Amino acid sequence: MQRIRLRYTKRGRLRFTSHRDFQRAFERALRRAEVPMAYSAGFTPHPKVSYANAAPTGTGSEAEYLEIQLTAARDPEKLRVLLDESMPAGLDIIDAVEAHTSSFADRLQASVWELRLDGVRAEDAERAVAAFLAAETVEVERRTKNGLRSFDARAAVVRLEALAATVDRPDLTACAILRLVVRHLTPAVRPDDVLSGLRATADLAPPVPAAVTRLAQGLLDEETGTVTDPLAPDRDAATAAPPTAAGLSAAKATAGDSPPKAGEGSA
Amino acid sequence: MSVDSVFPQLEALLPHVQKPIQYVGGELNSTVKDWDACAVRWALMYPDAYEVGLPNQGVMILYEVLNERPDVLAERTYSVWPDLEELMREHKVPQFTVDAHRPVGAFDVFGLSFSTELGYTNMLAALDLAGIPMESKDRTVEHPIVLAGGHAAFNPEPIADFIDCAVVGDGEQAVLEITDIIRDWKAEGRPGGRDEVLLRLARTGSVYVPRFYDVEYLADGRIARVVPNRSGVPWRVSKHTVMDLDEWPYPKQPLVPLAETVHERMSVEIFRGCTRGCRFCQAGMITRPVRERSITGIGEMVDKGLKATGFEEVGLLSLSSADHTEIGDIAKGLADRYTEDKVGLSLPSTRVDAFNIDLANELTRNGRRSGLTFAPEGGSERIRKVINKMVSEEDLIRTVSTAYGNGWRQVKLYFMCGLPTETDDDVLQIGDMAVNVIAEGRKVSGQNDIRCTVSIGGFVPKPHTPFQWAPQLSAEETDARLAKLRDKIRGDKKYGRSIGFRYHDGKPGIVEGLLSRGDRRVGDVIRAVYESGGRFDGWREHFSYDRWMIAADKTLPDHGVDVAWYTTRERSYEEVLPWDHLDSGLDKDWLWEDWQDALDETEVDDCRWTPCFDCGVCPQMDTEIQIGPTGKKLLPLTVVNK
Repeated sequence: MQRIRLRYTKRGRLRFTSHRDFQRAFERALRRAEVPMAYSAGFTPHPKVSYANAAPTGTGSEAEYLEIQLTAARDPEKLRVLLDESMPAGLDIIDAVEAHTSSFADRLQASVWELRLDGVRAEDAERAVAAFLAAETVEVERRTKNGLRSFDARAAVVRLEALAATVDRPDLTACAILRLVVRHLTPAVRPDDVLSGLRATADLAPPVPAAVTRLAQGLLDEETGTVTDPLAPDRDAATAAPPTAAGLSAAKATAGDSPPKAGEGSA
Repeated sequence: MSVDSVFPQLEALLPHVQKPIQYVGGELNSTVKDWDACAVRWALMYPDAYEVGLPNQGVMILYEVLNERPDVLAERTYSVWPDLEELMREHKVPQFTVDAHRPVGAFDVFGLSFSTELGYTNMLAALDLAGIPMESKDRTVEHPIVLAGGHAAFNPEPIADFIDCAVVGDGEQAVLEITDIIRDWKAEGRPGGRDEVLLRLARTGSVYVPRFYDVEYLADGRIARVVPNRSGVPWRVSKHTVMDLDEWPYPKQPLVPLAETVHERMSVEIFRGCTRGCRFCQAGMITRPVRERSITGIGEMVDKGLKATGFEEVGLLSLSSADHTEIGDIAKGLADRYTEDKVGLSLPSTRVDAFNIDLANELTRNGRRSGLTFAPEGGSERIRKVINKMVSEEDLIRTVSTAYGNGWRQVKLYFMCGLPTETDDDVLQIGDMAVNVIAEGRKVSGQNDIRCTVSIGGFVPKPHTPFQWAPQLSAEETDARLAKLRDKIRGDKKYGRSIGFRYHDGKPGIVEGLLSRGDRRVGDVIRAVYESGGRFDGWREHFSYDRWMIAADKTLPDHGVDVAWYTTRERSYEEVLPWDHLDSGLDKDWLWEDWQDALDETEVDDCRWTPCFDCGVCPQMDTEIQIGPTGKKLLPLTVVNK
C-alpha cells in the first residue's frame, strides 16, 4: 500500500469545473492511466481518493491537493506525468510526492488568493482595502443551501493588499489586483466574501466579475503572513532515508492515520 | 476568412449562470480544427440541454465521421438554458459551438438531430440566437444550410418552413455525400446561390428539400396531393440505410464530459433495426431491416472505447438488446474480460421473452444488481394482441419468478395508456398484473419486501406505423382512465403498498401528437409558441400546455383545422398523409393491412425467424436482414505488463 499526494490546477476555462465534475474526471483518468488503485470495500467499491479543501466553482487554482492510495508502489513523478497526460488541459497535475507524514489536511491552514478586478482603479482598491483592514469585524451575507447566512469576513483575513495592474481589455481603462491571505476557519471565508466585505465597508463594486485564482495553500507563518508548501515535509522525509525503505516504513508508521477530510471548506 | 471565438464575451457571463461547465467545452476526445484549412464546416446540434445532448450517440457518431475527413470540421452546439439565453441577448453573444466557441451562423451547415418533436421550439431559439433568419425563404447564401435529421425527421412537415432540408434514416454515409456536394458547389464559386445547392441535394433522391414541393389541400382540410415543383426532384425521398455496421465502428473515441450528463457510460450499438413488429413503435418500423454488429466487432469497440474514456459501465444499445443472436456470448465474454476492472454491463432494452437468468447474472457480475425493467406495454392479453407485443402474462410471471428466486427484489414494468381499441378494463388489468407479480415474488423469495413499480406513458400515434391512422385518446380520457387504475392499486389492502405507480398526465401527449402527425400548417403554431416564450418542451418545469393551446387557437382556425383534427381524429385509407412522400420503405398497403389486423386482434411474427411478411422495406431499399450467429467467441485480452 502506497499513498501519493498530488497538487493540481484549475486553469482557464476549466476553472468552471465543479468539485464533483473534477472528481469524476479524475477517477476516469485513473482508469485510463491504469493506476493500480486501492478500492473501498462494499457493494459499490470506489477508488480510494481523498480530496482536501476544494476551491469554489468558477475560481481558478494553482494549488489544489488530493491523496490516492495504490496497491502497488509507483514512482511519484512518473505517475504524475501519466495522470497529467490523461487529464484535460487546464486540470493539470503539477506535483507529486509519496506520503511519509500524517495529518496532511491539518497542514492546509491558509490560502493565498489573487483577485483581478478589471475596471477598478488601483487607488480605489487601496482605499477599500484600508477601510476593510481598519474594521474590527466585517459582517457579510452569503446564500447557502439553508438560506441566507451572516458571518464575519474580517477575522480570517491575515493579509490583504492592492496592486496596480496593466489593463489588457480594450473596453476598460483600469485594473487592480488584490492579494489576499486568508486563514481556513469555519465557516470558511472565501474570496467572494471578502469582495462582499469590500463592498460593505467601502462601496467597492467591480463592473465585471473578479477573476479569482488560488495561488497557494499550506502552513501559515503567523509572523510574516506567508504560506509554505504543504508537500515539503513529505519531500524532506523522503530525502532523509533511502526511497524504498522509507516508503515501507512510512506506510507502516502511518497506517493508523486518518486521511485528509474530503471537501472540507468547499462550496 | 477566419472566424473569432466568442469565448471572451461568453466568459464574462458564465459566473452568473447555473452549471457554467456545460458551456466551456474541452471534453476529452473533442476536436478543434483549423477553420481556414477546412472546405466544409458543420455545426451539429442536439436541440436540448447539454446534459441530455452530449451523450447522444447520433451526434457523437456524425461528429467523429465528419472530423475524420481532413478538409471537414464539425463542432457541437446545445440549447442554452433561459438564464444564459437572457444574458446572451442582452450582451449580443450569438449561439456558439462548445468546441471552439465559433458562432453557429458562420458554418456552412447547421445540422439538428431530432429524437423527439419536443425539440422544435429549441431549434427556433438557436436559429434566433445565431442570427439566422427563422424561415428558410428569408435566408441568403451567407447563412448556413439548416438540415434536420433523427427519427422525428421522418415527418419534417411541421418544421418545413424553418429547415432547408431533411435527411431520413442513417446519417453516417449521408453526411459525407452532402459534404461532397457542398464542397463542389463552394469550389465552383457558389453558382446559382442557395437555390442551386439545395437543388443539387434534392436531386440525389435522398435529401428532402421542402421548398421544392407544393402541398395542395382539399376543402375539408385534408391534403389533396404533394407535388414536386422542379424538374429532377423525386416524388418520394428515400431513407438511408447503412448495411454493414462493422464497417462503421463509431464512436471510436466517445466524448467524456466534465459536466454531469444523463448517461455516463461507454455505449455500443449492438444492432440497428427491429422486426418484432410492435405496432406502436416508430423506431422499430423506420429502422428496418435488422443489422447486427458482430460479436468481435462489439468486443473491439468496447475495448478501444474503455481505453479512450475510462468509463466504468458499458451499455449494449439497440431497440431490444437481448435479441442479438449472440447476446449470451457477448455478455459472458465482456464480463470475463473486465472482472478485474470493475466494469459493469447494462442492457437498456430487454424483452420479457428474451430474458434469461444466465444473461442477467452475467450482466450484474461486475457491477450492482439494481432492478429489472420490462415493458409489457399493455395490461390485457387482448390489447397486447392489438399492439402485436406478443408477451403473455405467463411469460412475465415465469421471468419475474426466476428473477425474485435469484435475489432480485425490484421489478419495474412499463405500460402505455390510450392504445387503439383500449377500454378501462384493459388498463385496470395492469393492476392485476402487478398484484400477480408481487404475489409470485413473495412466494418464491419467502419475503415481503418485494416491489413492483408500474410506469405508464400516454400513447401517441406516430407516422410510418400501422397506428398512423388511429385516433389519439384525448387528455381528459387518458387522465380519467389512469385515475381509475390509481384508485384500484391504492385500494388493494394486501398488495397496494408494494406497488409503485408513476404516470404522466395526458396533456403533453396531445402536443406531441400534434407535432408528430402534423403538416406544414402546424409550423405557425410552433412559431407562435416560440414567440410567446416556449422552450425546453420536453421538460416538465418548462412545458406549458396552455401556451400550445393558445397558439393553436390563434393560428389553426385560419386553415379550417384544430388540435383535435390532428390528434383525436381517425384517418381513412384514402387520406394523403403529410409524410407519404418520405419513403421509409414500408409499403403503405402493408401498414394498412397491419392496422386492420390490429383491429382484428391478429398477431404477426418476426421475419427474422419466420418467412417474410412483405412489409416492403428490403425490396424497396435493396437491403436485407443481417444477423448472426457468427459462432465466434470473445477471447480474453492479453494482459499487458502494467
